[in-house]
Amino acid sequence: MTIISVLLILSCLLLLGSSRLHVAIRVVAAQGILLGVLPLIRAVGDIHYGIWILGLSTIISKGILLPWLMTVCVRLSGIRREIEPFVGFGPSLLCGTALLGLAVWITTRLQLTPAEAPLVLLTSSFFAIFVGLFLMVARRQAITQSLAYLVLENGVYGVGVCMSLDFPFIVELGILLDVFVGVFLMGNLLFHLDREFEHLDTDKLTELSDLSAPATAVEEHA
Amino acid sequence: MKIMYWALPLAAWVLSPLMLGIINRVKAFFAGRRGPPVWQLYYDLFKLLQKASVYSKSTSMVIRVAPSVVLACMALCTLMLPWGELQAPVTFVGDIILLAYLLGLARFATVLAALDTGSSFEGMGASREVQFAALAEPSFFLGMLVLVLHFGFSGLSDMVSGISLETWHTSGVLLILVGCSWFVLLLAENSRIPVDDPNTHLELTMIHEVMVLDYSGPDFAFILYVASLKMWIFAALVVNLVVPMHSLTPWLQAPVFLLGIVFVMVLVGVVESILARLRLQQIPKVLLGSAILSLIALIVRLMG
Amino acid sequence: MELFILGCVIPIVLGVGVLSISRSKAASWIAAFGVWLGCGIAAVPVISALAGHVLAPLQIAWNMPGGSLSFGLDGLSAFFCLPILLISPLAALYGCTYLAHEKKPLGPASFFYNVLTASMLLLLAARNGLLFLVVWELMAVSSFFLVVFDDEKAHVRQAGWTYLIATHIGTAALLVLFAIMGRQANSLDFDLMAKAGFSPAMATALFVLAVIGFGAKAGFMPLHVWLPEAHPAAPSHVSALMSGVMIKTGIYGLLRILTLLGNPSAAWGWTLVVIGLVSGILGVAFALAQHDLKRLLAYHSVENIGIITLGIGAGLLGLAWHQPTLVVLGFGGGILHVLNHAIFKSLLFLGAGAVVHSTGTRDIDHLGGLIKSMRWTGVTFLVASAAISGLPPFNGFVSEFLIYFAAFSGVRAGAPETVVLTIGIAGGLALIGGLAAACFAKAFGIVFLGEPRSSHAAHAHEVGAAMRWPMVALAGACLGIGLLAPAAVKLVLPAVRVVAGDGAESSAESVATAMRSLTGIAYASAGLLLLVVGLFVIRRYLPRGREETATGTWDCGYARPTPRMQYTASSFAQPLTDLFRIFLGTRKRGASPAGFFPQPTTFETQTPDAAREYLFAPLFRLIDRSLAPIRRMQRGRIHEYLLYIAIVLVLLLLWKAGGRS
Repeated sequence: MTIISVLLILSCLLLLGSSRLHVAIRVVAAQGILLGVLPLIRAVGDIHYGIWILGLSTIISKGILLPWLMTVCVRLSGIRREIEPFVGFGPSLLCGTALLGLAVWITTRLQLTPAEAPLVLLTSSFFAIFVGLFLMVARRQAITQSLAYLVLENGVYGVGVCMSLDFPFIVELGILLDVFVGVFLMGNLLFHLDREFEHLDTDKLTELSDLSAPATAVEEHA
Repeated sequence: MKIMYWALPLAAWVLSPLMLGIINRVKAFFAGRRGPPVWQLYYDLFKLLQKASVYSKSTSMVIRVAPSVVLACMALCTLMLPWGELQAPVTFVGDIILLAYLLGLARFATVLAALDTGSSFEGMGASREVQFAALAEPSFFLGMLVLVLHFGFSGLSDMVSGISLETWHTSGVLLILVGCSWFVLLLAENSRIPVDDPNTHLELTMIHEVMVLDYSGPDFAFILYVASLKMWIFAALVVNLVVPMHSLTPWLQAPVFLLGIVFVMVLVGVVESILARLRLQQIPKVLLGSAILSLIALIVRLMG
Repeated sequence: MELFILGCVIPIVLGVGVLSISRSKAASWIAAFGVWLGCGIAAVPVISALAGHVLAPLQIAWNMPGGSLSFGLDGLSAFFCLPILLISPLAALYGCTYLAHEKKPLGPASFFYNVLTASMLLLLAARNGLLFLVVWELMAVSSFFLVVFDDEKAHVRQAGWTYLIATHIGTAALLVLFAIMGRQANSLDFDLMAKAGFSPAMATALFVLAVIGFGAKAGFMPLHVWLPEAHPAAPSHVSALMSGVMIKTGIYGLLRILTLLGNPSAAWGWTLVVIGLVSGILGVAFALAQHDLKRLLAYHSVENIGIITLGIGAGLLGLAWHQPTLVVLGFGGGILHVLNHAIFKSLLFLGAGAVVHSTGTRDIDHLGGLIKSMRWTGVTFLVASAAISGLPPFNGFVSEFLIYFAAFSGVRAGAPETVVLTIGIAGGLALIGGLAAACFAKAFGIVFLGEPRSSHAAHAHEVGAAMRWPMVALAGACLGIGLLAPAAVKLVLPAVRVVAGDGAESSAESVATAMRSLTGIAYASAGLLLLVVGLFVIRRYLPRGREETATGTWDCGYARPTPRMQYTASSFAQPLTDLFRIFLGTRKRGASPAGFFPQPTTFETQTPDAAREYLFAPLFRLIDRSLAPIRRMQRGRIHEYLLYIAIVLVLLLLWKAGGRS
């Protein structure tokens, strides 16, 4: 389990530092597979068919389906790389270090014993949540933002696995539905953005606001 | 028993040029070539020691003294390396700090000798070298911190002599993480791909290679030998960390150690053949990444 | 003790005497003789105090309310006297030749120099709050007059004002500090203040005041803004004294107040650790961006004060966590770095002064190749550069090693706060050391190595004997402390015992381990030197009979390389200054050459001090604007001012008289 947590942290750091979208999608897929395997490892000795279904469905949805959707989106729009983000890639790594420290601090504040919850996994899950939030704020591409949403969801899932073993199936379905809806909406948005504005820079969405000069929006259309 | 302690430094002094030859051979194999013989560096050193030297008119005594300073630092460093349970000739609590700073002194001397020539190529290399060194030092010390936390603060020989298979069972992840972090530092400090290309001499790609452009004859021999010693030192640190020497019989430890170093060299050759050189702006990220690996090891140690 | 006071008084007397022969060339020599004599006499009680003898304190009654002329020398004061006794005479000797060609009368400068030296010595011996403040002010004023020696230049005057304002902000905080402490203890004597108990809240408030007051003098970030202005403006021997010695009195003051405040809380230690890390890292980042040699050295003073504060913070945390190892080694490393920094920083400033004296410019980018014409200066500057980067076998490594040792010894897996401290210290010190080595590779390399970049540098000459011998002596001290590391640490232990009080009990074993390591380091340093010499001899012997040829530097086949094509200071530091660009705010002006046959163009970088630009300048402008209405009261008419004084006197009289009945 320590290995999975370490790999989770490393994958988040890779997301922070890399600018290539294919790499990012593969990393998130790998995260999904890791998290699918996690409840199986956690429940060693106590496995019943519910855990198997949970693990397999996680692996399939987070590790295969959603990344495949993302890849299709990327291919349709022809984007390869992240454009210059608000926070550069080097400073992102530094912020990542700070967020890691924050995750450690929060975990120690909760004052749980290792018997109740594996602390390293909890730390890495919190870290994944923070990294997801950070990426949503700091990156410009809409695809990266939806990837960040997935990472956030992975983190929440990780925290859930830490806290309890008999995870109610309905809650898990609900979460997955959330993810599905989120991705669906984002995909829709991507498609429309691409069609209307011929680029996917969400920062330029501010031009839709009435407060900005209408002339620039007209220029974009023309 | 005291004489035995000098066996490893002696092995380092004699065998280190062989290790660079092994790397070149592995790279040649990947490229489909036959490559130079593994003893090539010995031939080169022998040839260079017999040549006369040429000095630039712009230089002063700094470039004449620098090779001696660098070789003295590396020689002293090799005296502080243990192998398995066999202690180093020079060992005291905190000697690993002295090792890091001796490497820093060697770097300082090299950089000053590069600036001494008054060439803009060498100035470029010197400037990049100090940048990456400033970022690599904290990474090394964080790895050191993980070791201290796990094994207690003592001399390097005492800290690594306790690594055994049980240590791997309980905290194998730590050893792997710090080992990876130090391996990245090995690549950075010894000017290997993906940080620097030891073969080309274009100013766009050079960090270490360009700083030695104006050495000749015996000075250059010293510098090449120092490069091989430096590689041995870093490889020995990684091998000491990763290989569970404590579980082997004493007679087996020496050959396993040497095999370990050869294995690290092969790994370096493979990495050099597979990866491409990174853009210069990416290298601080790589160094920061290696520091973060040590930080993760720290977190695992604290939490688990 | 009387001997010590005599040693302090002699320089003042001779200084006053020198004022009468101000115009003569002998003025500075006589004053320097006074400094040598005074320091020599004062050295006797200092050495005996360090050896463990308890000196009887001197007490003379004074008719100031609350004040008494009480002096005493304990381990802490005696250790802080060492830099003064070592560096003041050497810098005074240096100054005689340095200022010899000035057209101004040298009397006032020599007088103020002597007063500065004497006041620093008296400050360390002062045992009464009022006496402390009076001597503190004396020190500030005499150094102000020294800073504005070249007062015909506008930027020197400006620097002087900045310094005066900064030091008085510190003094204001100290006034409040001593007032509160004196009120609580009903006396301003240090002994009585130590016995008075302070509640934790009050102690923390006093600690904050002490950090502000003494930090302004020492140069904590962001109170360091006067350092990069005042040190370049002052004559070099004065910069050496100020940077090497005077800012340490701030550290001394902070330590003395800590001994009076009782048990520290962990928050104080963390504050000092954070201040130390910020000052250290940002100090060296700013130094990297400078191309004025003395401004660069001033920022390095900020960095080293950061290292000292880091050690002291670690010691405080050791006191709060009851870890004697951390206490002794943390304080030991920090306090030893005080002495080490004094030595190599003064050496650096004296070297910079020699360069300025010889070439007439402070700009690094106009120098180059000076080691060929100024060999002694070059070699001593090299020794100091290696020392300040913390490289073995010199003294900087010894104190940094102690701080690392303290951090690594104190770390426990079960106590996360020790791990955080060690991450901060190990990572921070490693980063600071690496950046400092980069910066001094730049400073030494661009100034002394390569080819001269301008005619100033091409016509340099070596400086006279009186300027050379102090530098050689200091370089020898750098190497000496490195080779005699255990002895140096033994010197520090009395001071540490004073600061740590009871916290140093039961640390004997770890101190012994540290001593063993330091002995190992001393042997390793000696071995290193022997190896270097031996290898150099072998190297010289190898090509016997073979010819050694000289040629031009490899220029990749370029037809006409010029010295201006060498790397400059800004280009050397550019990768690192780019990393820190958020903090530095460097302004770049200029254009790249364009076209196939480009016209001449210029490029310039300027790094103003960020704290000054973004913190203090707006703050002072705000104060200016908000106080503008009060200016109506100050119209320059003396009758009005006399009226104000009269009104206030009458009001006071009414208040006092009314209160009595």
